[in-house]
Amino acid sequence: MSAKTISTSTIAERSVGDGLRFYGIWLAGIAVLIVLPLIFSSGGSLTSFSLIGIAIVFALSYNILLGQTGLLSFGHAVHYGLGGFAACHMMNAVVSHGWPIPLPFIPLFGGLGGLAFAIIIGWVMTKRAGTVFSMISLGIAELVASSSLILRSVFGGESGISTDRTALPKILGLSFGPQLQVYYLIAFWLVISAIAMYALTRTPLGRISNAVRDNPERVQFIGYDPHVVRYIAFCFAGFFAGVAGGLAAINFEIANAAYLGAIQSGLVLFSTFIGGVAFFFGPILGAILVTYLQLGLTSVTGVWQLYFGIIFIGIVMLSPGGIAGLIMMHRPLVRAKTLPTVIPSYLLAAVPTLALACGVILTIESIARTHSGQGSPINLFGVAFSPASPVTWASAAILVAGGFFVARLSWRRVGEAWDRAATVARDRGYLA
Amino acid sequence: MLELIVISTLNGLLFGMLLFLLSSGLTVIFSMMGVLNFAHASFYMLGAFFGFQLTKWVGFWPALLLAPLLVGAIGMAVERYGLRNTHKHGHVAELLLTFGLAFAIEEIVAMMWGRSPVDYRVPALLDFPAFTIFSTNYPAYKIFMLAVSILIFIVLLTVLKRTRVGLIVQAALTHPHMVGHLGHNVGRIFMLVFGVGSALAGIAGVIAGPALVTQSDMAAALGPILFVVIVFGGLGSLPGAFIASLVIGLIQTFAVALNGSLASAFGPLDPSAGPSVLTDIWNVTIAQVAPIVPYLLLVIILIVRPMGLMGTRET
Repeated sequence: MSAKTISTSTIAERSVGDGLRFYGIWLAGIAVLIVLPLIFSSGGSLTSFSLIGIAIVFALSYNILLGQTGLLSFGHAVHYGLGGFAACHMMNAVVSHGWPIPLPFIPLFGGLGGLAFAIIIGWVMTKRAGTVFSMISLGIAELVASSSLILRSVFGGESGISTDRTALPKILGLSFGPQLQVYYLIAFWLVISAIAMYALTRTPLGRISNAVRDNPERVQFIGYDPHVVRYIAFCFAGFFAGVAGGLAAINFEIANAAYLGAIQSGLVLFSTFIGGVAFFFGPILGAILVTYLQLGLTSVTGVWQLYFGIIFIGIVMLSPGGIAGLIMMHRPLVRAKTLPTVIPSYLLAAVPTLALACGVILTIESIARTHSGQGSPINLFGVAFSPASPVTWASAAILVAGGFFVARLSWRRVGEAWDRAATVARDRGYLA
Repeated sequence: MLELIVISTLNGLLFGMLLFLLSSGLTVIFSMMGVLNFAHASFYMLGAFFGFQLTKWVGFWPALLLAPLLVGAIGMAVERYGLRNTHKHGHVAELLLTFGLAFAIEEIVAMMWGRSPVDYRVPALLDFPAFTIFSTNYPAYKIFMLAVSILIFIVLLTVLKRTRVGLIVQAALTHPHMVGHLGHNVGRIFMLVFGVGSALAGIAGVIAGPALVTQSDMAAALGPILFVVIVFGGLGSLPGAFIASLVIGLIQTFAVALNGSLASAFGPLDPSAGPSVLTDIWNVTIAQVAPIVPYLLLVIILIVRPMGLMGTRET
């Protein structure tokens, strides 16, 4: 009803405001990238930031396939790995031949490595979409991963190909020895790639990719070949994955078979999907979260991968839009100013949900630590539990059972409060 | 040479039948529900580990019965509480759910039994050589495995082709809505088929566990080959899956047994040229190439005949 009453002038104002906000977000992101190492300057955090930057480029490239074109690939790390190897070989070649190519251009060659493989194999792979594509991508990934161990002269066998980033010609007096300089190099490529990939979603190609994802038959009716569109999107994804691989090669100064293995492919799928495929910033969130968890959890628990699996299953079942989807669900409520009505129910639901999560963690940790025979105490929010004691088992059982029972009731309340708020928002003209 | 051929044929048939035990369930589930069950190989692994644990507790023969039942029950629970709820989000979400499950199951198994192989032994009753060909003793346990897989194959075929249940399942494969209109509970049929498919994978795990290596990465090693089998045979086609299983089983077994390389066939390359991709390819033995043979077949069949050997539909 009220949507009609918005006059044209306010629309014009809003578009100017949106434009400002749009560029503001990008500028703020760049500012954060520049300022971060000045605030957290320790070696450990610099390494983490570098890894997160690489993971973001990689996850964004994956979303060209999954989010934009609807292609679920289980072998995206192939392009990442081949990009890494291409970058390593290029760096070694630059050093041995004395070519005047400084380090900042190396990720480009990584990208070309990823792109080259996408061009060769993509045409066959993208013939069909859906489940068949997923299976083929898995098969190709296994093929490449197994071949990499056979072709020792290219992939260096088990040990991989190592390189020295400081041996390349200097540019602006930078040696790229210190991690700080590498971080800024990664941040630079992150910004370039993110802008390029965002721009890609705004091009006609990006739009027709979305159409291919949603309804390939209709796309054929209007005169496009979905196969060609999928192929081009696949090539772009391969290129940017190669850029990420090149950055990783620069960061670690090595490329080995683990780069293009199934674990790497699984991680990028996890990051992208946990972050949310429907929005451009989803994979960024996911890559930050997954990399951070990966770095943080490994020191705390031996079964961190199990937590990943559980988080992933939870997201798939409960919120297929990922974290970004959850956040963006609230946009109409914020605009209609009905958000405060749902927050109390959230806070109420948070308590039993947290108890449930603690119970699950306690159960997993006691089983894991009992079976691995360490028996080190579990430290949960400052309370130490001994994994072998019956007290721990009883509290885990109570937390899981009780938490689940109460949480279910509270989730129902959240749903009701949500429905009321969304109805009000719809009535005020903000579509949910 | 003849010895090698006979033994490899037997081993290849055995591996092929094992693949068929797994791929039959996978392909029926796929054609029925449109879900590619990524966790299928994980059910196989669960079968092996349950078999190992139950053998320790109650002996091999009860385990052979109990472990598949347990795996089948888990499979049904996955369908009922996981896939059915995820169905509304589309096939990608379902595929991702099974992918997450496969990941989580591997981690749980690693947590419970560790990452190194467990000591799952051939039962004493079957631990003797069945017969001696040329100079090789062929173990009785492998004959037992072959017999079990062939038995299950025949039972499966009879149930599908000759009974009323099989008729309904076949109908639900192609026309689930019509079957629903005729008053059958399609949801329950799906759940049962999923459970039976998982239980078949469980049986494969129990009997293959002692002969192959039982460890937490066995699912990840076998899973991709299963997908190759069902793509190669044609998605949703049981005869296709059967032929593809045998073909891939035989090819891989023969490849592992052969030790030739291009260098041994045509003589070594000029050593002055130094190491290159060519020398890598020239010196690699067929046995070393064996792991990638299924995937090469996959690429070839996709180029030559994208719908697979016996497939009829494009997905």
